[in-house]
Amino acid sequence: MTPPSASVASAVPTRRPAAAQAHVAIRDLVYSYGRTEVLHGIDMDFAAGEVTAIIGPSGCGKSTLIKAVNRIAEVTSEVTVQGSVTVGDFDVYGPDVDLVELRRRVGMVFQRPNPFPKSIFDNVVFGPRLHGMTDRARLSEIVERSLRQAALWDEVCDRLHTNALQLSGGQQQRLCIARALAVEPDVVLMDEPCSALDPIATTRIEELIHELKSQYTIAIVTHNMQQAARVSDSTAFLYLGKLVEVDRTERIFTAPGCKETEDYVTGRFG
Amino acid sequence: MLGALFEGLCRGLSMLTALALIGILAIIVWNGARVISWEFLVSAPTGGMAHGGIFPAIFGTICITLLMLLMVLPLGVGAAIYLVEYAGRGLGPRIIRAAVNNLAGVPSIVFGLFGLGFFILFVGRNLDRVLQTGLLFGQPAMLWAAATLAILVLPVVIVSTEEALRAVPRSHREAGFALGATRWRVVRQIVLPQAYPGILTGAILSISRGAGETAPILFTGCAYFLPRLPLTHVFGVPMVNPLDQFMELSYHIFIMATQSTDAQLTRPIQYGTTLVLVALTFALNLTAIIARNRGRRQRVTTS
Repeated sequence: MTPPSASVASAVPTRRPAAAQAHVAIRDLVYSYGRTEVLHGIDMDFAAGEVTAIIGPSGCGKSTLIKAVNRIAEVTSEVTVQGSVTVGDFDVYGPDVDLVELRRRVGMVFQRPNPFPKSIFDNVVFGPRLHGMTDRARLSEIVERSLRQAALWDEVCDRLHTNALQLSGGQQQRLCIARALAVEPDVVLMDEPCSALDPIATTRIEELIHELKSQYTIAIVTHNMQQAARVSDSTAFLYLGKLVEVDRTERIFTAPGCKETEDYVTGRFG
Repeated sequence: MLGALFEGLCRGLSMLTALALIGILAIIVWNGARVISWEFLVSAPTGGMAHGGIFPAIFGTICITLLMLLMVLPLGVGAAIYLVEYAGRGLGPRIIRAAVNNLAGVPSIVFGLFGLGFFILFVGRNLDRVLQTGLLFGQPAMLWAAATLAILVLPVVIVSTEEALRAVPRSHREAGFALGATRWRVVRQIVLPQAYPGILTGAILSISRGAGETAPILFTGCAYFLPRLPLTHVFGVPMVNPLDQFMELSYHIFIMATQSTDAQLTRPIQYGTTLVLVALTFALNLTAIIARNRGRRQRVTTS
């Protein structure tokens, strides 16, 4: 039904040297919606070429943390921000920051698949077109490259011009990943990308994350501890808007430094 | 026992409502249908309006409705886009929303007087003064009548457009922003294409609302009788002249019934005109419903 994912990975040429990947540095980040402070001074990094998982109970601010990186939360809410976030040498909260350029560098995959009610092709090229690309041949190249990267090409290559909403939920989410990759971001943020998917589709996405991390800096928010353990290199545990602990994933799940972390990952609360 | 009585009472009342509508329609169709002929639809009134057809009134109704649409759509759709996509929850947008809601509750005769006072006497007369055009703009005309109707139906357009915009899932907007789209691109490329059927519905509903109104055009442009169509020739091509007066269906019914030389004699024409007006409005409503259902079906099959 679906091709083995390993072959897809080898079909994609390495896009660029790993050194070009951006390292995300979050320093002393205090984030508020209106007057409610939800993050109380976070210091952490998303290392280049790695998957960083962010875990914690509902409402701990883990989604807010990654939404602070591409500044998407402020589109719909009043927010105030102190501290700094940098993506490579790009100062996310600097003066006169170009949000369009920021969001080209930092892609995002949302909790629920949210393809546009357009064709598969038009979904993938939405970003490139936004940034001024009109050449049909190059757009087609981008579509194939992005869909291959998202391990979706073989399933949809013969129906690129059908409506994206006819795809299954898991396929839709992979399409959203392809759409995010089409603008060649440095960083990909994933906000519980599997929470609306069935176990098989979840496995596909997890395999995909594993393949993509050689080329992108990935941060994934998840409420699923097994998922964090499976896909990530380092894991951060957030609780009540504070960073309790961040370490290599195997340490967090085997020998955490803090009592709260241990209680959470062993399922004693949360 | 009491409950059953209450249910029966409610059922009776609801049937009464249906009966009223059916009754009105039946009387109009019964009396109007026998007058309707091709001749009636395409010829002008003759013999002191006691004979002949109603073509000038049909023509005037269509012209003024289209002109009204031309004015209200940019204004209403623009305002709705601002309210939904750009305005936050500040004081300004709250005042605008309150104004829109109150505008919907203003009696239509007030719009007529406002049109006379503002558009004709203030805007028109001042235009004449500044442009030195004598008495050209400062008198009742199709332009001012259409402008008055446009303000009357503005809340319909704004509210229905707002609904259509809000029906576009927030996640689609978020996805657009996350890909680097500016708000303008999100609105143009993601929101508007999806909201389009709903906006269309609002436009058509506003037509059916505006086409049946008499009071707003009473003082602002419609004529008792006009021996010609409101046309002007530009390089030999006949064009609708928005500065001319016009005849209109609902106003035609009104004067035939109240100010005609012989109201008894013209009764068949009154019924015929009423039937045409009702049929026109009904057809427009039907179009709106079909357009909305098609839009809805698309949304269902695609989500």
